[in-house]
Amino acid sequence: MTDKPYLVIPQPDDLLIDIEGLSIGFAGANGGAPIVRNFDLTIRCGECVALVGESGSGKSITARCLLNLSGDGAEVDADRFQIKGRNALQFRETDWRKLRGTVTGLVMQDALVSLDPLRTIGQEVGEVLSAHRTLRGRHTVAARVTDVLRKVGIPDPEHRATQYAHQLSGGLRQRALIASAIAADPDLIIADEPTTSLDVTVQAQVLAVLAERVREGAGLLLISHDLAVVAGIADRVIVMRDGRIVDSGATADVLRRPRHPYTRQLLAAIPSADSKGHLLASARFDVAGAEGGSTNGSIIVREQLPARKPSDDAVVLQVDGISKRYVSRRMSGREPPLPALDRVSFAVKAGEVVGIVGESGSGKSTCAKIVLGLLAPDEGEVRLLGQPWSGVAEAERRALRARLQYIPQDALSSFDPRYRVADVIAENLTGDARTKRDRIVAVLEQVGLNAGHLGRTPRSLSGGQRQRVSIARALAAEPDIIVCDEPVSALDVSIQAQVLDLLSELQARLGTALLFISHDLGVVQHIADRVLVFHRGRIVESGPVDQVFSNPADDYTRALLSSIPAIESAFVRSSANAAIAGPSTARSV
Amino acid sequence: MNIQTRPLADLSVALDPQVNPPGAVEPVTTAAVIAPRLLSPGLAISLAFLFVLLLAATFPRAFTQFDPLIGDYALGLKPPSWEHLFGTDRLGRDVFARTIHGTRYSLLIGLGGMAISLAFGIVLGILAGQRNRFLDEATSRVFDVLSSFPGVLLAMLVVTFLGQGMLNIAIAVGIAGIPKFGRVIRAQTQLVRDADYVTHAVVYGLGRWQIFIRHVLPNVLVAVPVIATVYIGNTILAVSGLSFLGLGPQPPTPEWGVMLAESRDVLRVAWWPGVFPGLAITLTVIAFTLVGNAIQKRFEGRLA
Amino acid sequence: MWSRIISRLLTSLVVAWASVTAAFLALHALPGRIQDILAGDLEYPGLREAIAAEWGLDRSLPAQYLDFLLRILQGDFGTSYVLRQPVTEVVGSQLMPTVQLALLGGLLAIVIAVGLALLTAGRGRISRQIASFLELVFASTPVFWLGILLLMAFSFTLRWFPVSGASGWQSIVLPSLTLALPTAGLLAQVLREAMEKTLDQPFVTTVRSRGVGELVIRARHVLRHALLPAVTLGGWLIGGLLGGAVITEKVFGRPGLGTVTLGAVLTHDVPVVLAVVLLAAFIHVAASTVLDILYLLIDPRLRAQ
Repeated sequence: MTDKPYLVIPQPDDLLIDIEGLSIGFAGANGGAPIVRNFDLTIRCGECVALVGESGSGKSITARCLLNLSGDGAEVDADRFQIKGRNALQFRETDWRKLRGTVTGLVMQDALVSLDPLRTIGQEVGEVLSAHRTLRGRHTVAARVTDVLRKVGIPDPEHRATQYAHQLSGGLRQRALIASAIAADPDLIIADEPTTSLDVTVQAQVLAVLAERVREGAGLLLISHDLAVVAGIADRVIVMRDGRIVDSGATADVLRRPRHPYTRQLLAAIPSADSKGHLLASARFDVAGAEGGSTNGSIIVREQLPARKPSDDAVVLQVDGISKRYVSRRMSGREPPLPALDRVSFAVKAGEVVGIVGESGSGKSTCAKIVLGLLAPDEGEVRLLGQPWSGVAEAERRALRARLQYIPQDALSSFDPRYRVADVIAENLTGDARTKRDRIVAVLEQVGLNAGHLGRTPRSLSGGQRQRVSIARALAAEPDIIVCDEPVSALDVSIQAQVLDLLSELQARLGTALLFISHDLGVVQHIADRVLVFHRGRIVESGPVDQVFSNPADDYTRALLSSIPAIESAFVRSSANAAIAGPSTARSV
Repeated sequence: MNIQTRPLADLSVALDPQVNPPGAVEPVTTAAVIAPRLLSPGLAISLAFLFVLLLAATFPRAFTQFDPLIGDYALGLKPPSWEHLFGTDRLGRDVFARTIHGTRYSLLIGLGGMAISLAFGIVLGILAGQRNRFLDEATSRVFDVLSSFPGVLLAMLVVTFLGQGMLNIAIAVGIAGIPKFGRVIRAQTQLVRDADYVTHAVVYGLGRWQIFIRHVLPNVLVAVPVIATVYIGNTILAVSGLSFLGLGPQPPTPEWGVMLAESRDVLRVAWWPGVFPGLAITLTVIAFTLVGNAIQKRFEGRLA
Repeated sequence: MWSRIISRLLTSLVVAWASVTAAFLALHALPGRIQDILAGDLEYPGLREAIAAEWGLDRSLPAQYLDFLLRILQGDFGTSYVLRQPVTEVVGSQLMPTVQLALLGGLLAIVIAVGLALLTAGRGRISRQIASFLELVFASTPVFWLGILLLMAFSFTLRWFPVSGASGWQSIVLPSLTLALPTAGLLAQVLREAMEKTLDQPFVTTVRSRGVGELVIRARHVLRHALLPAVTLGGWLIGGLLGGAVITEKVFGRPGLGTVTLGAVLTHDVPVVLAVVLLAAFIHVAASTVLDILYLLIDPRLRAQ
């Protein structure tokens, strides 16, 4: 901040944002009622405030109203709405425009769509400077752009400034996006889910860049659905739900001693090593139970999963030394391309849950495609229930197809747009109409839906319900093993908890093996017996999940684990032996 | 081990059912397209107009009793009046009657031409959209060649070889339209072919042909009514343009383009023979375009 | 990027060659003898023998084809038997007026469309609805009817512009306006829809958050994105301009390729029609290639490996 003599250096206890009783509504929507109500917020220089909530909580709209970018026709009203001491309710568009970029900067999710793909990084980063005429002259602007790019940790900034967003890796382009927001040294940075689409290791780096800015004196409003991300960086946390604040306070307080039932539920539903073997959705905080112990923690009370069906040690899926190389059309001939998969071997036994973790490009989706028989490996073989599976004509495999099923990440795109729920599930069944219908209803009830959903179209269902339908479809074939490809990644925490519970219960009761692929280590820790860590097409480590995650042998695993933001397990102690009378029932969404 | 049994805390906040989240899209059915509450005024008027047009093409005598082909020369070039709504032309024929009777020509030739475009366009488009690179390149070149001839000039070439007339310009317009449909169907085929529900259909034990018939074809053909209604306006413009040039139906056929060609000679003294047929063409094209746009919006997420 | 440009050029050469081949095949696929087709309605002694000699109809088909190709490459399109002139002379003399009209019409269309789209995209509802309505009407109006209306209004009634002919700049105003307006309607529609779609993209929010003004956003960011679908449409529009020029010439009695070709069609003068069609095809291929390369230049995402 010292290289800008023309900027006034704010005093440390200046109030950047002072809002009380904010309400935001859109004429004609929501029956005329405001979408956000009674919202309070204060941010000071050098402070990081996190705004947390699930989708539909109103956090993005609220954050954007600090720039007056909540959307066309937004009606904003408040008891007090001050930005750096000035009354923002009286701002006209020209006032807002002067503020944007110089006082507040916005960083959004996914730089690939948040930066103009037809303009260079340098042009995007420098635009705020020319918009406010902060610097004149092409060379001064270019020099400042290079400075800022270097500051956010982009190597070789002069060259990168001439490139386009799609030419940079995910982490670099997100940093470039941050650079474009801070180029004019705004006092407040608003970051709306800045790391959501990034790999865990990259996420840590990007968060570090933001933390650095806070240390230098900027204020940061961080919006996220991920409590763990927030725990590492925020001074204060505000939890939102349905447009209202339900909890707010210092981070440690809110996350260790949550007051509102919603926050408690949210925290308790996060899967981790502690929740293993228990249900998530019904987990409850028990603050009172902490009185006997230390004042630091609360107890999470969880129901146990039903006992697992005993199984023999028969190998259901055997993968031996599979490799896959993607050949690009233009082979420069200089070096061979990196293999997508390199001699991967593993086995899944009956009734076992094997987790696959890895970042993007690690080969886990290629592996899933080969296991499902959608792709043929260049080398190696796959055997299903002892029968040859890879390298065999589809006609010969068809008899076994029912035994290997699949649950996708995006349920909606795996359904034929013309199909209704009944049609989707019927596709996996044979027999006459009557038998099919009975079986469909039976399997719907297994996943917590009912016959009333038969005629619904998937587009009219919620995300959680759709995922249940795809689980039902997989179950209808009575498989021995199900490949789950990031099945809960697109879901909110509370819905994720319900779907994971459903999967765990069904797995325990039916004894189906699961090959569970996820980038979320907490989820894998919760549900898997063994884990395979993928990195650049190879399995770098494998073993029982507790062992691998507590005592990683491989460097990459170690790096991966250290980058995970985690609400430290020191925050909460779970009562592992709390047993509740009565059977656990699947909670329906 | 100290096992404690605790009753579950009684929560005042239950988990939200999250049924019908805001923005959930209603299922698309044909009934939904026509349901009155979803019609904007422009769309309603267009549909009504097209319905009237259809009636005029099928039962022209219900609208007028004047003969479109025979006129009283003494009554030539009379301005619009209550008896002759659109006035009379140079040969004393009632312009309104000719316009009404002319409806069927524009519609028939236009639809005929489109049928040819659709038939070839769909087949070629689906072929082009397969994963076979050679097939894709070859059919795309065919589209390029066909579209490199401007429609009007291609029609002129066809007429030079085959002669004038309704059928021939229908063929000409049909051939010129193949690339338009073909490219849209090609894009739609690629979209559907790469969709999850197609690539993963083998998991449910379906064979390649089954997947094609059951999933690929229906979802590709969904694009057909959309592009057909959007482009038929274009086709009608082309047909009337070619008729205007004298390449299509010959006088005294009351085709709208022909009527406009005939009107050019009397423009200095009579405006009505030159206005009403053109108005008919314009309104027809507008109506089809609006209906086409509405259908396109309904199927928005599923089209390439 | 260069490899893509070169491959695009090669493709266009293939298409041009394929058009010529298609014309040749069409000619030979018709029932009847070629000399009869080429002679059309003419009936004087020795004509058919002369045609057979000129076109080498006694040779084998592949030899005829090669001969055809070679002659086209040299610009020799044969002789018009009806007009008793080499086709090149017939067409060449009338080419310029048509090209002038098409170019002027196209330029006008672009200016009108871009201006309208820039002014109305994403603005208040009323201006958008008016613009949308105007675009729809003009895009749906047949070119020849528009010409007739303009003739009636400005030539007959107001007497501002001449009714026909090609003398002086006044005579090109109405025809080029006639040609431009329907094209402008369609182009403006595509541009405006593309602009409004772009204005909803996340990166526009980012640009707004930098304090950039609305007009600058449109001109600097949105226009480029909206040009992409418009450029894709460009090839088809050029074909439409050429065809529209032919029709407009008839409405306004302007000399040009339109009159020549129409006359040739009605007298079954095959060589002339063939030449005009192939010429138009070559122009179209060249223009599409330029537009595709332009697309590559605008969108850096396509340049990559």
